[in-house]
Amino acid sequence: MKYLSEYRDAELVHSTIAKIAERITQPWTMMEICGGQTHSIIKNGLDQLLPEEVELVHGPGCPVCVTPLELIDKALEIASLPGVIFTSYGDMLRVPGSRGDLFSIRASGGDVRVVYSPLDAVRLAQENPDREVVFFAIGFETTAPANVMSVIQAERLKLDNFSILVSHVRVPPAIEAILSSPSNRVQGFLAAGHVCAVMGYWEYLPLAEKYHIPITVTGFEPLDITRGILATVESLEAGTNVVKNAYIRTVTEKGNRSAQAVINRVFENCDRKWRGIGIIPGSGWRLKPAYAHFDAEKRFHVEAIQADESPLCISGQVLQGLKKPDQCQAFGAPCTPENPLGATMVSDEGACAAYYRYRTQTPHAGGIDHD
Amino acid sequence: MRHIIATGLKHPTPVELIMTEKTPDLQGPVCPVPKKHTETIMLGHGSGGKMMADLIKDVFYSRLENEPLLAGNDAGVVELTDGLCLAISTDAHVVSPLFFSGGDIGRLAVCGTVNDVSMVGAVPLYLTASFILEEGLDIKILEKVVESMSKAAEEAGVDIISGDTKVVAHGEADGLYISTTGVGLLDSRIEIGGSKAKPGDKVLVSGTIGDHGIAVLEARGELGFKTQLESDVAPLNHLIEDIMAVSKNIHVLRDPTRGGVATALNEIARQSGVGIILDENSLPVKPAVVGACEMLGFDPLYIANEGKLLAVVSPEDADMVLVAMRKSQYGQEAAVIGQVEAEPAGRLLLKTALGATRIIDVLAGELLPRIC
Repeated sequence: MKYLSEYRDAELVHSTIAKIAERITQPWTMMEICGGQTHSIIKNGLDQLLPEEVELVHGPGCPVCVTPLELIDKALEIASLPGVIFTSYGDMLRVPGSRGDLFSIRASGGDVRVVYSPLDAVRLAQENPDREVVFFAIGFETTAPANVMSVIQAERLKLDNFSILVSHVRVPPAIEAILSSPSNRVQGFLAAGHVCAVMGYWEYLPLAEKYHIPITVTGFEPLDITRGILATVESLEAGTNVVKNAYIRTVTEKGNRSAQAVINRVFENCDRKWRGIGIIPGSGWRLKPAYAHFDAEKRFHVEAIQADESPLCISGQVLQGLKKPDQCQAFGAPCTPENPLGATMVSDEGACAAYYRYRTQTPHAGGIDHD
Repeated sequence: MRHIIATGLKHPTPVELIMTEKTPDLQGPVCPVPKKHTETIMLGHGSGGKMMADLIKDVFYSRLENEPLLAGNDAGVVELTDGLCLAISTDAHVVSPLFFSGGDIGRLAVCGTVNDVSMVGAVPLYLTASFILEEGLDIKILEKVVESMSKAAEEAGVDIISGDTKVVAHGEADGLYISTTGVGLLDSRIEIGGSKAKPGDKVLVSGTIGDHGIAVLEARGELGFKTQLESDVAPLNHLIEDIMAVSKNIHVLRDPTRGGVATALNEIARQSGVGIILDENSLPVKPAVVGACEMLGFDPLYIANEGKLLAVVSPEDADMVLVAMRKSQYGQEAAVIGQVEAEPAGRLLLKTALGATRIIDVLAGELLPRIC
């Protein structure tokens, strides 16, 4: 397959890993930002193949994992209202709020539907003029253009029964929050390729300079990831704090200007709470006042819902790269993908779920019993 | 301590509080515990994965306990007379839409049960069928489905000798549900079952994986793009006869339906107390299935098949079985995909294309597309 199989070529991957081993002279800790990269690293077993000097810590780039508890509670509240069709990307259905999850709402009669694109939700609104259709607009910069397009499309179609529940987050403020933490161990970043496809990487230049840290824009296939690591290792070994682009087939410095334009038309910056981490200033997007009538929080009067997370949850430390999933006492038992105790076990892109699916080597209480 | 200024906002306190070494150690399960879904039936209970396995164990096994049931095979086997056993299996079919590329609910209802009876090594002979029909269903649709059942039964060489029909009010079913039961006979010396895999055995699959699941998703209009894929729904009893004719050392047969190859092989590993190692490079997957899975965030190993079987065979017979499979119209793309090891007992591993090894778990609940 074009642009896929080439980047999974075992020989090329191994020769890139050999180059990393050649260049590296000391241990380095780097963070892959995106959950998609974590998934790919663990799924392909790259972590087993890299020289031991390379320590990969897994970043907060899983939109499902970082969606705050109170947003889930708001989703549950709206989805359980009669007359509402609540639409969402698939893996949000499993994420626990304070009381149950969207699966439970569906089982008790709520109309919860999985859509593959927010524009499918707009179509549902067109087809069901007597129902309220709500789309759970979560994600990083990657999903933002499609999510704002749903609002623009609904406006164009003059739909008054469509709204979105927004929980958008942005990568650069998260990187800044990690770097400004006194317990930070990250020495280099693999920036998320698809986020940069939309936004470009100009936002990372001041971060690299300010925090004296190399950042490499990195893709998702095994060859992309190993090339990203190689570039980062070379920067670290040379002591240069540059932003490199190891995903040139998709990413440019300026990014996709049309996509940025539609985002800026509909969204504005705001503070955002990240599950397991807390409020990161300026790290989110919300609807601009001109689009407030598309805001599901306002339409269904759920703005006041608050939820407190336990301050003890380790998922926050996992999301910051301070701890690995298997350093958690609950990992594997009782915390499993069927019964996730924390957000990082919920989504396939969550670091704990990736570890659980691909790394656990012995049967444990979380697996099927042997009787 | 650095302050966050790049954003132009001055709210350093919450971040600093949370992002420091003050974050306490975990002391027991402390995250918000979600509903375990042990009180209400969820769609995930029908997905063929861990939730379904738990439901079967907790609700059915504990109350209906008997030896053939607890053997956990696709069909229950009981001894009839000296040297002859009866295999019985039953299967309900609720697929939506009723017609999809390569098949329909009628063909599925016949093949599903024929295959379940065949997977213990039995020769399927007779089927019964019960229909739950929704008020308002076009009788022409029913006729088309029954004609398809007739053709599939002829292809498999079985007769449908009894049936039942119930009608429910409009809105209380999705058009048409079919439940079929099948019986077959087998020589009591045949011991094919999920617990019979041995270290050293080879694992074969009779063809490409994931075709059915993706074809049905496409028929539902959920792909948003077109493929040339057809469901693989087919009766496998003739294929099984062919391979049993060349080998007396077939230890396990299983059709990887809901939950896919990953879940079926996990079950075998668990039932036999062995480890199974798959080789990613040798898995036969059609490019269209790979492409659809890439776009939706699925893994072909978890996608349903309705016309494929997994065979665990002693190593000396593996090549003969492979040749026999490939000669059959139902197994032309058969492949050896892995082997059985003593360790890690109860686990399925995958040797990745890059040469690393990772765990393949059972499907948890409902198969959900990933966000990006």
